[in-house]
Formats: sequence, structure tokens, C-alpha cells
Amino acid sequence: MTAELTQTGAEILLRALKDQGVEVIFGYPGGAVLPIYDALFNQNAIRHVLVRQEGGAVHAAEGYARSTGKVGVVLVTSGPGATNAVTGLCDALMDSIPVICLTGQVPTHLIGNDAFQEADTTGITRPATKHNYLVKRSEDLARVVHEAFYVARSGRPGPVVIDLPKDILINKAPYEEAATQHRSYRPRTEPDPVEISRAVALLKSAKRPMIYAGGGVINSGPAAAAALTKFARMTGFPITNTLMGLGCYPASDPQFLGMLGMHGTYEANLAMHGCDVLLNVGARFDDRVTGRLNAFSQGSRKIHVDIDSSSINKNVPVEVPIVADAGKALEALLTEWTANRAPVDSQAQGAWWRQIDQWRAKDSLKFVQDMKPGSIIKPQYAIQRLYEITKAMGKEIFITTEVGQHQMWAAQYFKFELPNRWMTSGGLGTMGYGLPAAMGVQVAHPDALVIDIAGEASILMNIQEMGTLSQYRLPVKAFILNNQYMGMVRQWQELLHGGRYSESYSAALPDFVKLADAFHAKGLRAETVDQLDDVIHAMLACPTAVIADIAVDPKENCFPMIPSGAAHNEMILGPEHEASDAAVSDQGLALV
Amino acid sequence: MPSPTDTTQRSATISVLVDNESGVLARVIGLFSGRGYNIDSLTVAPVDAEGRLSRINVVTTGTDMVIEQIKAQLDRLVPVHRVSDLSLEGPHVAREMALVKVVGVGEKRVEALRIADTFRARVVDTTVESFVFELTGASDKLDAFIELMRELGLAEVSRTGIAALARGKRTI
Repeated sequence: MTAELTQTGAEILLRALKDQGVEVIFGYPGGAVLPIYDALFNQNAIRHVLVRQEGGAVHAAEGYARSTGKVGVVLVTSGPGATNAVTGLCDALMDSIPVICLTGQVPTHLIGNDAFQEADTTGITRPATKHNYLVKRSEDLARVVHEAFYVARSGRPGPVVIDLPKDILINKAPYEEAATQHRSYRPRTEPDPVEISRAVALLKSAKRPMIYAGGGVINSGPAAAAALTKFARMTGFPITNTLMGLGCYPASDPQFLGMLGMHGTYEANLAMHGCDVLLNVGARFDDRVTGRLNAFSQGSRKIHVDIDSSSINKNVPVEVPIVADAGKALEALLTEWTANRAPVDSQAQGAWWRQIDQWRAKDSLKFVQDMKPGSIIKPQYAIQRLYEITKAMGKEIFITTEVGQHQMWAAQYFKFELPNRWMTSGGLGTMGYGLPAAMGVQVAHPDALVIDIAGEASILMNIQEMGTLSQYRLPVKAFILNNQYMGMVRQWQELLHGGRYSESYSAALPDFVKLADAFHAKGLRAETVDQLDDVIHAMLACPTAVIADIAVDPKENCFPMIPSGAAHNEMILGPEHEASDAAVSDQGLALV
Repeated sequence: MPSPTDTTQRSATISVLVDNESGVLARVIGLFSGRGYNIDSLTVAPVDAEGRLSRINVVTTGTDMVIEQIKAQLDRLVPVHRVSDLSLEGPHVAREMALVKVVGVGEKRVEALRIADTFRARVVDTTVESFVFELTGASDKLDAFIELMRELGLAEVSRTGIAALARGKRTI
């Protein structure tokens, strides 16, 4: 024991991180965490990536976590270091991403004294995290770290803050191995067999079935996505994905109807509206998905698989609740589907598919690109070409996005065949997410192609991370759809606020080519359609980080669109389709 | 399956067994305020010999769907061991204690003492012109007593909020 006692709190912390399998930390030093940085200096097991702002560190850890399935780790100092991390923590909480955020704190005897760089970090982050800890004794440190990792990754994953007073990091204490069982937090992962057989009986009776799968399938791991694919193929049911779920079912599969929701496809939303049995796996009936709640899929009997029981019956009441890990529930559904000998109504389901194919024939993602040299680039076309060109390269590809129109177009036109390849801020909708997230992905996958599909407004919110990309030679490609507007704000102002474009135009944008140059990266620009492919090829061929500034049509809107307060069958299609007269009610106008 | 169109409000007495650690009460209260739920009454105290577990009793009002949500949200808090909806899970007893200060002289003072006796309230402090009564019982009994004291010189009230247990041998 005496040998053990020679470890300082900072050394115990790093040992616990190493025992938890941590390979990399995204962080930024400061006074309160200097003991940790000193301990980092003396070891090689854990790599530290120095970000340019703490917010970037959390998004980087999110990108790392989402692309690997591991826990992302952040290290920031007290006070402003911790408060800068709050947006990222909220983002990880909303999207159920496992992140550990280590925050420095003033020494225990100064807590509550308004000391320099003091903030009530556990108070501030309480509603922004799944759980948080203030460590008050060095003896508790190892146990708390192990527990925090367990909490972050189990059940519905999420961010966990560990607040570390400086004296705790300096004092010596013995090390403690991870405990086998948590005192109180033991989330249920195995499905109830009774509910599984009820679910299958209901699914067997379906005339117009529909599967609606979300991020829970991805969080469960690649085996869950494989089980989902197998289940969909076995049943022949149509399937849609949420924004968070993209990649959990191969987009090229004919049973896939595309993404659903506010900017989902015509066929996915109408199938949700018209189905008679709905199987929700790992999604949470979010308002962006349901549209007006009292008109949402009214004719369907619903089954909901979710690891978080508070997601069940929160927005939409369901007949068969299954509290379980998505992968385990899907395995159980597969077994029960084979065991249950009840016939399925193939005739009705054939008619249902014919109806879906009619909706699909509407081609709701249709757009027209003028190919004449000198023509302006349509944003949809830019993403379509990016997808086609990168696909032909056959390389492992990861896509992140910022938030806004470009994000929706990326979700619509970039096709994902595998889980963990698509990183986007879904729940919180955090502009500035994409560039640092891409950074985290690239750290985890040094040889893969990592592209941030960005908007020019969003990317400026965390543009400082270009410095990190240069320092660590991370060849992230920022593909900016530059329409000079906060495009989604502009679109809502056009459609809902009489075209009064209040403060949505960005005057005095930077020259992104020069900006890239200033950060020791490569800058490229495409202004017309004939330049697009060359720029994409040049971007992909470049061994360093790239900003590709793609000038796109500033007036383009993102369709289809379910206006706020409207139902799935009241969606607006683009100008390529016949005029629709969906009007927004006053109630709808009040929604976000 | 609770119906979202059912707007009938009910009162629920929920007991929550939690780790007795700093911040746990803030977590529970923050959940209620952050998600817009009501707290009608709240009590908390350590309940085991080692002082490691606390019991929180909270009385709240909402539709069936909201109360189901409250229980699920409480249950997923990391330091929460058990959540029990006493109002749904069979009969329970709920008791509250109040200290009631009544100031006055003469006939009103005599009347206050007489009513206190009827309610089995105890006098825990007295001066020539004041009483402090201690009264334990169901919340509506306390309400009734306080209401009667209003005309007799009611000066100040301090209430504990309810403590509650299931009847019979069942535990949380």
C-alpha cells in the first residue's frame, strides 16, 4: 500500500483513464488543471489534442465517440473553461453521446469564495449532463472516474462531468480498481419476452407496417444495425430513419424510404401517416419527426423500443412499450418472428408497397441543376456530386455537418450504408458542431476521409479549430455550401415571415481561401457549376486540411418541408412540384 | 396506455429513495422546475442507520401521462434507488406536522386553546399573549385547523410537508 500512496490525484486520474481504455483527450490547459497537464507530460499512454476553445473540445470528443462507439474525453480548466464546455455537454445530452468532461476547480478550501476562475460547475452543468460529480477527497478519485465511465456509456449514453478541485489533484492517495456493480444505476437492457411476443403478434397482423429507426440503434453498436437490417429484410417492411439514425439501415436498400420528419421524404412521411402498425426502434417521437402531435400517425398501433423508459409515452402513447437495448430487442424480435407461425397478410402488404411506390414516384428530392457553364451551383447538386465522387473512391468516409439547410441537404442527398459514419447535431441543433466533430473523427480514424459539410455561417462559430487541424496535421475537408445567408433562418423568414430577412444576411464574410491559407491549410473555391467537380477532386487529393468554398444559389430552399404545426400529410414540396397551399397557422408560427 | 387527450389532473404522492449525497435534492428539484412539473409538498431526510440513504417524499399534481413521466424521469437519475407512487400502489398513510403561532388575549385565546384541544394539538410554547401549537395529521386536517385559527389571532405557520408510507408490510 505504501507504494500506492506515492501517487498524486493527477496520477491516479490518468491511471484510471488508462484503465478505462482512454487513448486520447481533447483539452485546453489552465491554472486549476496544471497538475493534470504535468502528469500528462510525464507519460505516453494517453495522447492530448490541444483545441483552440473548450467548446471545440467537447464536439471533438463527440465526433470521436460517435465514430468509434467509445467514450470521448475532454479536459478543461475551471471557470470559463467549464462554462465554454456547456453547449457541447447539452449537445451530447440531447443526442445521447457518451462523453467524460474533466473540469478543473479551485482548491476545496476556496470553493464558494468567488475565487479567481471559480464557477459552480456542478450547479451549472447539472441539467446539461446525465450526471456530474464534485470530487472532495483524493481517495474518492479513482472510484468516481470508473463510475463516471460506467454511467456515461450504460443505458442511454450521455455526458458526465467530473469537477476536480486543484488540491485533490495534488494530494496523494491509494488507487482503486473499478467496482463490479453500481449501487443504484443499473439500467434495464433485456427486453420483456411478453412484450416481445405481443409486438410480433401485432407486427404479423399488419396490413400497412412501418419501421421507424433512430439513433438508439447506432448507440447500441454495429450488431444492432445488422440485426435491424436482418429484421427488415425478413419481414419485408418499409423502413425510415431519423436524422440521428441515418446509417443504421443501408440507404441503397429498396426497402429504405429515406429520412422522415420536417425535411424528410414524401414517401417516408406519408407512410408514417398511413401505416397501421408502427415499430419504433431507438427513436423518441421528437417534434421534428412527428409534426403536429394530434395528427401524427393516428391510424397506427404502436410499438416502441427504447432503453430510456422516460422516452416511452412522453409525446406519443404506445400500445407495446419495450424498455431494452435496441440490439437485444431486435435479436429477440427476430427469434420471435421466426417462432411465431401466424401468417402475414401479403396481399395487403403488396397493396401497401404499391401505394408507397406511387409516393416514391413523386421524387420529392427532385431538383433542377442548370449545367450550362457559368451557371450557379444548386446546393443539392453540390452534395450529390460530393457523394458520387467520394463513393467512387471506395475510401472509408465519415461526414459531419453544422446546423441548417446544408445539414438537411446532406441528410437527404448523402447516402449512408453503415452506422457511425454520420455525425450531426440533431437534438440541440448546435451551429459550429461540424468542424470540431470532424476533428475528433479524424483523430480516431487517421486514414479515413472526413468531411464537414458546412454552411458559411455555422463554420465561423468554431473556425478557430482550423488551428488544431493544422497543428496535428488532421486532413479534415470543410465543404462549405456558401449562400451568404443563415439559410434556414432565411427560408423561415421567406415562408413564415413575409420575406422580411431580418439579420439573416452575412455581410463581410471572410475570404475562405485566404482564411484556409492563414491557418496553413488549403483553400479552394467553386463559383460556377463547371468548376464544382474539379474543386471536389482537388479537395480530395489534398493531403492537408482543406476549406472548399462552394458558392451556391442563395435563394434555394430546403424541401420537402412539413411547416411547423402541420401534419405529415400537409407537407410542402419544392418548386419542381405542383403548387401546394399548405398555410401555417398562428399556433404553428409560435413553434420553433 | 395513458391518453394524451385525458386532461384530468390527479394528485400523486411519490416516494424516492436516493443516495444521501450533496446535490441530490438539487437534481430532483431541478428536474421538476426544468420540465415544468408542480411540487405541492416536499420532504427529505436520511432514513437508514448509516445515513447513506435519504427518502424524498414529493406530492405533485398532473395528468396520468405527466405523472408517468415524472416517475420515469426520477427513476433515471443516477443516485436514485427506488421510485414508488404511493397513491397508485395501494393504500398509504401521509402525515404532516405544523407549528402554528396564535397571538391574542381574552376570549379569543381561550377559544384557540379549546379548538386546539379538539384537534389534539399540543401547546409547545406559551406566553401570556401567545401560543405555539404543534399539530400532526393529514394535510387537510392541518388546513382546517389553520383556517379556524385565522380569526383567533393566527400569526405564523411552519409546516413540514408530508411524510408518507405504504400501509401494511409493503416497503419501497
